[in-house]
Amino acid sequence: MAVKTLLSRRGFIVGTGATGLTIGILASCTPSSTEPDAPDYSDLPPNAEVNAWVHIDHDDTVTVRIARSEMGQGTLTGLAQLVAEELDCDWDKVTTEYPTPGENLARDRIWGDYSTGGSQGIRGSHTYVREGAAAAKAMLIEAAANEWGVPASECTSENSVITHAGSGQTTTYGKVANAAGQLAPPLEVSVKDPADWKIAGQPKKRLDTKDKLTGAQVYGADIQLDGMLNASIKQAPQIGASLKSFDAAAVESMPGVKKVVSVRNPFGEGNNAVAVIAETWWQAHKALQALPVEWEGGVPFSTTEFEAELDNGLTADEAFVGNMNGDVVGAFADAAQMVEATYNMPFQNHACMEPMNTTAVYTEDRCEIWCPTQNGEAALAAVSEASGLPITQCDVYKVHLGGGFGRRGAADYVQQAVFLAMEMPGTPIKLQWSREEDMIHGFFHPTTKARVRGALDADGNLTGLHMRISGQSILAALIPQALINGMDIATFQGLLPSGLNDRVEDQTLKYSFDNLLIDHAMRNPPVRPGFWRGVNLNQNAIYLECFMDELAFAAGRDPLEFRLAHLKDSPLTAAVLQAAAERGGWGSNDGKARGLCSMYGFGSHVAACAEVTVRDDGSLKIDRIVAATDPGTAVNPQQIEAQVEGSFVYGLSAMLHGEITFENGEVQEQNFDTFNSMRIAEMPEVETIIMPSGGFWGGVGEPTIAVAAPAVLNAIYAATGKRVRQLPIKDQDLRNA
Amino acid sequence: MATLKVNGKSVTVEVEDDTPLLFVLREQLGLTGTKYGCGIAQCGTCTVHVDGAAIRSCTYPVGALSGEEEITTIEGLSEDASHPVQQAWDELDIPQCGYCQPGMIMAVAGMLNDNPTPTDEDIDAEITNICRCGTLARVRKGIKLAVDKS
Repeated sequence: MAVKTLLSRRGFIVGTGATGLTIGILASCTPSSTEPDAPDYSDLPPNAEVNAWVHIDHDDTVTVRIARSEMGQGTLTGLAQLVAEELDCDWDKVTTEYPTPGENLARDRIWGDYSTGGSQGIRGSHTYVREGAAAAKAMLIEAAANEWGVPASECTSENSVITHAGSGQTTTYGKVANAAGQLAPPLEVSVKDPADWKIAGQPKKRLDTKDKLTGAQVYGADIQLDGMLNASIKQAPQIGASLKSFDAAAVESMPGVKKVVSVRNPFGEGNNAVAVIAETWWQAHKALQALPVEWEGGVPFSTTEFEAELDNGLTADEAFVGNMNGDVVGAFADAAQMVEATYNMPFQNHACMEPMNTTAVYTEDRCEIWCPTQNGEAALAAVSEASGLPITQCDVYKVHLGGGFGRRGAADYVQQAVFLAMEMPGTPIKLQWSREEDMIHGFFHPTTKARVRGALDADGNLTGLHMRISGQSILAALIPQALINGMDIATFQGLLPSGLNDRVEDQTLKYSFDNLLIDHAMRNPPVRPGFWRGVNLNQNAIYLECFMDELAFAAGRDPLEFRLAHLKDSPLTAAVLQAAAERGGWGSNDGKARGLCSMYGFGSHVAACAEVTVRDDGSLKIDRIVAATDPGTAVNPQQIEAQVEGSFVYGLSAMLHGEITFENGEVQEQNFDTFNSMRIAEMPEVETIIMPSGGFWGGVGEPTIAVAAPAVLNAIYAATGKRVRQLPIKDQDLRNA
Repeated sequence: MATLKVNGKSVTVEVEDDTPLLFVLREQLGLTGTKYGCGIAQCGTCTVHVDGAAIRSCTYPVGALSGEEEITTIEGLSEDASHPVQQAWDELDIPQCGYCQPGMIMAVAGMLNDNPTPTDEDIDAEITNICRCGTLARVRKGIKLAVDKS
């Protein structure tokens, strides 16, 4: 059976490099309009780039180079808007492409950081991206001015047209792009004030929608190369186990099977997986299911047993202090009323819709991969490390991700694909994980519990608060060098004091509390944790904002007023909370049950007001959510709305259904039947208020997830008088929670 | 060996009978618009039409097809993305990562073939596809817009 090559009709170009393997990927986003009577430039050689950020062809098609990954969050379109804005180009002729991490390396990292996470896609690169585009515009104008022999300062640009008013001459970007690319870049450029934006700041439609409506969008899973074979992998199901043996002879004669191979552990010694390489993935996968395999040496970890360690941490003497002021002990001693509650957050899987995959080709002097990755440069390093080849002999062709959510920052599946390609030099191998592999071998959102205590005085004022977090540190497992005297500062995301350092200023607590202690008893299970969209802000918001609700009711005060009393120093957070509450109908006597939450995360202020019904059978209907976001600067309001809406699906899926448990070291939830995700029947109407207050750049892909669950949990209390503190809700009867 | 009618064309593929239709479409016919998501008919990314009805192709053995059925994939839903569901999806800019959307679009189009004016309750019962980016709120709006366009 011949595997059909899709390269030509999918917009790839195949060139012949020294090894015959150099293959580049053209932009997947084509311009949305082509003039029917456009001039034919096919006789001309293509223009050279203007600079690293911008290529402009003869027909004025502007190709914007995008270093960050597009995984659905819309960064690709937002960055292109920022470039087009500074360039003054025709938005209808903008397209994009990913420069490879190898090109970035060869050009002294001219495109900066490829890592796409932490809601940094735009806020972490807007300065140099806009400056790059402004420089390109200056060079285009200078090229036109040189041609006309007039001062550049007398020329203006708009919509890809350069005009010299004095002489009445005009030209287009495409005509001067080659000459512009020869000029020295300007020493200084200035970028526009967002108040003057015409393309950025507008609710432009995404550049990558069209191909997603017809099946034409190519994901990693869809890569087809000439002569490519397919692989399915099975990794040791038990934590820490290794491959002991397998009986290749039992499956080698099955249809399509080419090779059965052991696979090195990307993170440790020896082999911890076995893979079947076959003509088609289905053949590989079927043979893999039939393959007799034995494992050895795993860890019999159980989440049920680990509960005792988490509980121990809740009251342990030793803990890392993340935020402290005043005298909590004294405040508690003087309290008129003490309030206490304990909450949990179970392990979560990212569960990207596209399971992990990579296609790799290896020869003795070059290794290249096609990969959906959130971190192209880390993937490149992984290719070099796995292949043993110098990094200059490796490259990564990035493709759009079928979801990322933090999972695709890791390169375990990249290394495995390279190991497999090394088994068959010269033959492209596509490694595609099954859903079960993806569920079992995640980098799981860590599990924690929190015990929160608060002191109220006789007037219902909060006089002291202690939050003890117990549980897993992500940094201790993944980036131990980032620990500070053993402490994982990221555990306190959203709860840190201001002024610690610039890197965590976007993770600070916006409430002012007189007597405060927030500490963390680190309890690390042998489970591999990861950065899961929203990261530690998610559970910290539940711990803080559900407890603020409990305090307000214990104090006999309105939860909105109670929160605002502690937000006097944070008017922007107060503003989003008030906006969500007002639009959400907070305080109206219509018999509806509502809950509130506000947080500051990833540099943005976010809030939600949820409205729920608890049915007679104890089940939940989330009727409506109003969400308010102040990201400082809004590059594409329509895409911010989409991110906010989507954040409720991710956050509420975890609250309703999401839980990964381990028994005897093995993940119990191995597919969507047991690790369920919210369906449309459970999805509330979401209204989004975008209220950028200017002067800063906050992230939007993640912060709203944190307010989803607390707002709904607080609304459930308003509906039932019962507190849900044990997540996920799953089939809990909420009348008797 | 199986003979199928896919997007109006008759094709013959050499394949074992128990191969799920999904992998025949993706790997034998190169129709990669239809996606693998779970393999157990849970998530719906693999949704295609068999005689106009939405089915989950990841658990549909090709041997269960007689060869007479009209199979429609996302690539064959329309010329130029002109199906009302595709138009509505375009107008509301629904896809985020987009991986689930071919399945979502085919599920909705299949529902509308059978029930051109679904109620919210019909949508809740019929559309059970998973989208982890979280387009679900817009999907409901998109279904209503597609009904208006039909």
